[in-house]
Amino acid sequence: MNIVVLVKQVPDSGADRNLRNDDNTVDRGSANNVINEMDEYAIEEALKIKEAHGGEVTILTMGPDRATESIRKALSMGPDKAVHVLDDALHGSCAVATSKVLAAALGQLGADLVICGAESTDGRVQVMPHMIAERLGVAALTGARKLTVDGATLTVERQTEEGYEVVTASTPAVVSVWDTINEPRYPSFKGIMAAKKKPVQTLALADLGVAPDEVGFDGATSAVVEHTKRPPRSGGAKITDEGEGGVKLVEFLATEKFV
Amino acid sequence: MSEVLVVVEATKEFGVKKVTLEMLTLARELGTPSAVVLGGAGAAEALSGKLGEYGAEKIYAAEGDEIDGYLVAPKATVLAELVKRVQPAAVLLASAQEGKEIAARLAVKLDNGILTDVVGLDADGTATQVAFAGSTIVKSKVTKGLPLVTVRPNSVTPAPAAAAPAIEQLSVSVTDTDKLAKVVERVAEQKGSRPELTEAGVVVSGGRGVGNADNFKLVEELADLLGGAVGASRAAVDSGFYPHQFQVGQTGKTVSPQLYVALGISGAIQHRAGMQTSKTIVAVNKDGEAPIFELADFGVVGDLFKIVPQAAEEIRKRK
Repeated sequence: MNIVVLVKQVPDSGADRNLRNDDNTVDRGSANNVINEMDEYAIEEALKIKEAHGGEVTILTMGPDRATESIRKALSMGPDKAVHVLDDALHGSCAVATSKVLAAALGQLGADLVICGAESTDGRVQVMPHMIAERLGVAALTGARKLTVDGATLTVERQTEEGYEVVTASTPAVVSVWDTINEPRYPSFKGIMAAKKKPVQTLALADLGVAPDEVGFDGATSAVVEHTKRPPRSGGAKITDEGEGGVKLVEFLATEKFV
Repeated sequence: MSEVLVVVEATKEFGVKKVTLEMLTLARELGTPSAVVLGGAGAAEALSGKLGEYGAEKIYAAEGDEIDGYLVAPKATVLAELVKRVQPAAVLLASAQEGKEIAARLAVKLDNGILTDVVGLDADGTATQVAFAGSTIVKSKVTKGLPLVTVRPNSVTPAPAAAAPAIEQLSVSVTDTDKLAKVVERVAEQKGSRPELTEAGVVVSGGRGVGNADNFKLVEELADLLGGAVGASRAAVDSGFYPHQFQVGQTGKTVSPQLYVALGISGAIQHRAGMQTSKTIVAVNKDGEAPIFELADFGVVGDLFKIVPQAAEEIRKRK
C-alpha cells in the first residue's frame, strides 16, 4: 500500500508562541519548531500498516526551508522518503489554499492512503483532512482512535462526544488519527543515520500546477486583522490545608455563587 | 434583514445542544436566524420547539439515512446547495469535530474562507478568536465569500426569544462521492447524565494525583454536587484512570466553563492549553509549587483525599 503521511512543522506548544507583528502570521522564525505531535501518531500508524501489509511510506510537508529539520526527524522514525512543498509564494496561505496545494501534491503521489494527525497544535483548526478529501473526491475517515486495514477496506473507530462511531470506506482515503491510536516509536540511532540519506524531493508551486496568486496572502480567503497578547492570569488566594481546607474551598465557591 | 444559517448540533438523548442556542443568540445580532437540521428522520420535528424558543424563524431540514448514515460529506453537500439558494449573511456551525468538518467541506465547495474557534462575531463579520492556548486574542475576517464561522461552546450566553418556525424539508441530492465513508455503528460511552464536557458551566477534573481509576469517584462526586462535567488531565488518561474523551488539554478538549476545579493536577502547559480561559479556576494539589496555582483564583495546598470529601460534605450541608 502506498501511504502518504502529512507532517506539519509547528512552534513548540510548550514554549511561548506568537503571531508576527508585521504580517500576522505564526512566528516560525524565532520559535523552537517541532513536528506537530499528533503527526507522530500518524507516522507510527503508517509504519505499522506497512509492516503488516507491505508498501511504501512517504512524508509530505508544506512549509518553509527550516521544515527540513522536521522532515528528517520524521524520516528517522522509518518512512521511506519525503516530499517537501517549498515555495516563497506559500507564505501567508489560508487553510483553503493549503488544502489545494496538498491535494495537488497528493494527486501526483497517487496515494492509496493518506494519514494525518487529527489537528495541529498551532492552529487547531481540524479542517485539513476533509478539505483534502473533498478536493480529491475520496473518503475521509477522521478522528480515528483505531484503524483496521483489510485489503482495500478501511475501518476506523471514530472518537465522538458520546462515544465512538464505526466507519468504513475503501481506499483511496484520508484518515486522521488522535493520540490514543498507538504509541509512536522513538527513532533509533540507525534510523537517524539512515534518514540523512533518504530521498527528499522538493516541489515548487509550478511543479504542482498551482498559480502563485492562488496561495499566500494574494489567494487567502481569510485574514487576521489584529492580534493582542492576553495578560497572563495571576493566581489568587492560596491557602494550606490545616483541617478546614474543604470548608474554605466551599466558602470561596459560595462567594462566587457556585454553591 | 438577511438570513443567518445556524447548523444545529443535537444529540438523540439530550436534544438541542447548548452551543446551538448560543449560535441562535449570536445569529440574532447579525440577521434573522434560520436553523438547519441535518440528521436522522424526524429530527427537525423533535427539535423545533427548542429552536423556536431561541429565535429560529425558520427550520431547514434534510433527514434520513442518506444524510445521517455517512460521515459529514452529504451534510456539506446539502448545506452548500442551501447557501447558494438563500445567500445568507453568515453561516454558523459549532466548533466541534463535526461542525468543523462540515465547514471544511463547505469552504472548499464554495471557495469560501473559514474561521474556527470563534468566541465573538460583529455585525461587520469581524470574528474574535482565541489562539495559542488562550494566550493570544485574534480579530479576523473572511475575505472571500460570506462569514463561515465555527463557534466555540460557552462563548455566548444563550437568551430566549420566542419564534414559531415552520419546517422546510430540503430535497436531498447527495452524490455517490458523498457516500464513501459509511457509518456502520454508533456506540454510546458517555457515563450517566452529566453535561457534556465542552458545554458544561462547571468542570471538575482529576489528574495524576487522583492516583487510580477507582478514586475518580471522588472527582465525579464533586462534579455531580456542582452540576458539572468530569474532565481528566493527560497524565490521568495515559495512566488509564479515565477515558480519553474526557481529556482536557492541548491534545484533548478545550473547555471554557464558569468554574474549573483542578484536583491533583500540576498544571503542565499541555493541560493549561485546554482550560486557562475558564472564568474561575480552583485548584487542590499537595505540591504548593505546582504551576496550576499560578492560574488558580483559589488554591488549597494539601491532601485532596481529605479536602475533597470535606468539601463535598460542606456542599451537602448547604443544600
